[in-house]
Amino acid sequence: MIHVVLPKNLQILAGVGRVVELEVPAPITQQSVLDVLERHHPSLLGTIRDPGTKRRRPMLRFFACEEDWSDASPDAPLPDAVVSGTEPFLIIGAIAGG
Amino acid sequence: MSKVRVLVGTRKGAFVLSSDASRKTWKVEGPHFAGWEIYHLKSSPADPDRLYASQSSGWFGQVLQRSNDGGKTWAAAGNQFAYEGAVGTHTWYDGSPHPYEFKRVWHLEPSLKDPDTVYAGVEDAALFKSTDAGQTWGELPALRQHESAAGWAPGAGGLCLHTIVIDPTNNDRMFIAISAAGVFRTDDGGKSWRPANHGLRSNTIPDPDAEVGHCVHRIAMHPSRPDVLFMQKHWDVMRTDDGGDSWREISGDLPTDFGFVVDIHANEPDTVYVIPITSDSHHFVPDGKLRVYRSRTGGNEWEALTKGLPQKDCYVNVLRDAMAVDSLDPCGVYFGTSGGQVYASADAGDSWAPIVRDLPAVLSVEVQSLA
Repeated sequence: MIHVVLPKNLQILAGVGRVVELEVPAPITQQSVLDVLERHHPSLLGTIRDPGTKRRRPMLRFFACEEDWSDASPDAPLPDAVVSGTEPFLIIGAIAGG
Repeated sequence: MSKVRVLVGTRKGAFVLSSDASRKTWKVEGPHFAGWEIYHLKSSPADPDRLYASQSSGWFGQVLQRSNDGGKTWAAAGNQFAYEGAVGTHTWYDGSPHPYEFKRVWHLEPSLKDPDTVYAGVEDAALFKSTDAGQTWGELPALRQHESAAGWAPGAGGLCLHTIVIDPTNNDRMFIAISAAGVFRTDDGGKSWRPANHGLRSNTIPDPDAEVGHCVHRIAMHPSRPDVLFMQKHWDVMRTDDGGDSWREISGDLPTDFGFVVDIHANEPDTVYVIPITSDSHHFVPDGKLRVYRSRTGGNEWEALTKGLPQKDCYVNVLRDAMAVDSLDPCGVYFGTSGGQVYASADAGDSWAPIVRDLPAVLSVEVQSLA
């Protein structure tokens, strides 16, 4: 089970809590996780990735296992700890506002 | 007993304010979509329980919300706004060509007859239409493909299509306004458009009388007179009596003719309201006084309405979509400020009182008069 942590505004939009649990078929990548997330919660379509290009929205970041995965290939396998569900995949709103 | 529902979009969420016909005691609900910018929310004239809301964020992009129960519950609708055909360019601030990019929905205008049909005016300027209650959106591309479009340049707020006015006697006839391109009119449901800016004069563009390029802030039509439109331009309050074929200035004795809002009394089509703002470099009311100006003569002669409004140390702005009227008798007038106040007048502007004082900055105000 993959654990995805959402920022507060997306929790409200999707009507979910901080952590969303997802069954994601292998291979476990950013792309496959986000595909399943959007399929289960279609209100999130377009809010994390551009719906056409699938590119990350510029003011969001993706973290996992204390590393920044934002600019990694969307098809790169995520760390084992994310795959096993011991560590979450975090979607973070970039800090702004001073 | 009639009721009134005021729909307020703010920088940090939406609020629904409701009252009976006395419009003295108000119930405040919200924030809906807390933390998100709500540029506009508006009800369907054909179904008062059908509401649409434009929800956006610099982080998360555009979301379109729909309510089928008067705002008690909401659900995300479609948020795919794809330009049709060649995207093309407009003119950037530095004069260079700049590709059109969708940024947000500024204004939603539901059809007068069909609750599932709604128009969306977006930045970068284009007009979209949905006929399935906002689930899917298609562009009416003839506007963005107008021969003048490559020369459209954004105002300080962006290249936004912010006003959509539908002729109640002919739904194929619509007026839209773009900052800073001007007014365009269609007579065939959006298949073709022509500029409707003759008579506008703007000293901020190289050719002050140009056919296109004027920074129109807002236009308003009374449903009984679809050929008469009132306009708050960047500077100048204007009027047309021939459906936009020609405009004339009616600023008259206003203290300043810069501003954003303009609206019309529901029962008196020659009674017009504006809120003068100091200037394009001072986006606050003049002299620290919040004054609505009313003309009962269709323009030129204006009276300051001040009763109940702050008359010292007030430096708020009122944005283009942030004034509305109800259809009761006497007519109610409402506006929201950058300071988060929403003011209401239940006597056509003679006196005012705040419904709420401390909301986030108000972006839009719409009113429903309910049976």
